[in-house]
Amino acid sequence: MTFAALALPFPFEREYMQLALLAALVVGATAPLIGTFLVQKQLSLLGDGIGHVAFAGVAAGLLLNVWPVWTALIAAVTGAVALEWLRSRGHTSGDLALSLFFYTGIAAGVVLTGLAGALDAGLLTYLFGSILTMSAGDAWTIVALAVFIAGTVAVTWRAMFTVVLDEESARVAGLPVMGLNLALSALTAVTVVAAMRVVGVLLVAALMVLPVASAQRVCHSFRATLLTSSAVGAFAGISGLVVARFADLAPGATIVLAAATLFAVCALWGRLR
Amino acid sequence: MSLRLAEAERVSFAYGAEPVLDGVDLTVEQGEFVALVGANGSGKSTLLRLLLGLERPQTGAVRLFGVDPRRLGERWRIGYVPQRAVLTTSLPATVEEIVAAGRLARRGWARRLRRQDREEVDHALESVALTDRRRDPAGSLSGGQQQRALIAKALVSRPELLILDEPVAGVDLDSQARFRDSLMHLVKDHGAAVLLVSHELGAVAEDLDRVVLLRHGAIAFDGAPDELASQGVNLGIHAADLPMWLESRRPHPDQPT
Repeated sequence: MTFAALALPFPFEREYMQLALLAALVVGATAPLIGTFLVQKQLSLLGDGIGHVAFAGVAAGLLLNVWPVWTALIAAVTGAVALEWLRSRGHTSGDLALSLFFYTGIAAGVVLTGLAGALDAGLLTYLFGSILTMSAGDAWTIVALAVFIAGTVAVTWRAMFTVVLDEESARVAGLPVMGLNLALSALTAVTVVAAMRVVGVLLVAALMVLPVASAQRVCHSFRATLLTSSAVGAFAGISGLVVARFADLAPGATIVLAAATLFAVCALWGRLR
Repeated sequence: MSLRLAEAERVSFAYGAEPVLDGVDLTVEQGEFVALVGANGSGKSTLLRLLLGLERPQTGAVRLFGVDPRRLGERWRIGYVPQRAVLTTSLPATVEEIVAAGRLARRGWARRLRRQDREEVDHALESVALTDRRRDPAGSLSGGQQQRALIAKALVSRPELLILDEPVAGVDLDSQARFRDSLMHLVKDHGAAVLLVSHELGAVAEDLDRVVLLRHGAIAFDGAPDELASQGVNLGIHAADLPMWLESRRPHPDQPT
């Protein structure tokens, strides 16, 4: 896949920075859309747990010599659906089910990368992100996943909001509660994989949760929270990228720190209003 | 003959080895206002959950609008306010958004709300006297106002049967009076039936058609409120089984019945 570089000013004058800008913008805007529901369901760390399962998927890809994004997607979606199934059956509490996948994922990832002989710097690109080394194919894959996430949320957000309010009433109203919960888990997995190259599996949950925490400080309605968190995420993506370029820092970490700074600003604004 | 909206026929249910309901019969007909009362642990909430299709009876049959509750397609025909429903203060949602969520049963969960839906939301908010709070965060409402918002959410699909589980527990008197007005609007103006589980019948006491009393998982009484108040002792019904309002209406032992 190709990418036609635009004539943009510094710091986005280079093609790799434009690819990074595209990825940071779409991931920053879509990750909080999913995070808004996770935060209300008190599943803020779900993205973190699924991120670790995705890491095992990346390792499997390296071992099998398959593009790691596909194997990460398969592992993350499978893990997310299994986690929701365990949680909904009531046999395992949410945090225990999360711990189970969290540690199994990271351990399986280390073993598989060891078997693949890939315990090197290349692995760090998935753990902490490597937005500046993305190919055009990586960037368009991220855009496609983000469009899928945003489109699904646009159709289902009212129903998911109703489930967040009260699962039992939603069931009585005839909503497909189990299906919507599974869809949310699967979308979380897709978001993790989309964000993996931007901020890395270890920081992906931050991009889902911090913009939502910021929006909640200044918004009263659910719809406004959804849209504001998306805008905050996109702004964190761009500003983090700019800071990384100016200061020659790791962009994944500066994007997350930008999101944390925006939270502090929103918290202050919410308090002063 | 009135249409039977909810029916339980010889229903028995147990949580594990713990029996909760034993051979319960109950019907709610169109336009009826029925109170389901009984002491804590008598099986009231379980009976509601069976009627709503949230649990399955081990023996007997349950029907909503003549069919198995799980097979009922037009779910908007039921409005439901669950027990101890509270809105967390951290939830970023306005009162209007909470009420509008109740329209999905009528509109379809993947469809956008249209003008008619918004008019129904306006009407539901008006009927619980929350129009002026519609844009406020739901978490900023008092307990009684939150309950009214949840009742509006249940009313907004214009249900034919409204099922409420302890909707006014801990709610102030003003909110109870508004709650009563909302229910009577639904019963009288829309011909809906109401099945209400509550320990506090005071607000709706004079409007009830029937009282059904559950004791130890079985129906101990099913009839008019005055009949229960006057004949309760003869039926072996004790103070612990009765809501405060019914207890207060029982004649003094020295009074002729």
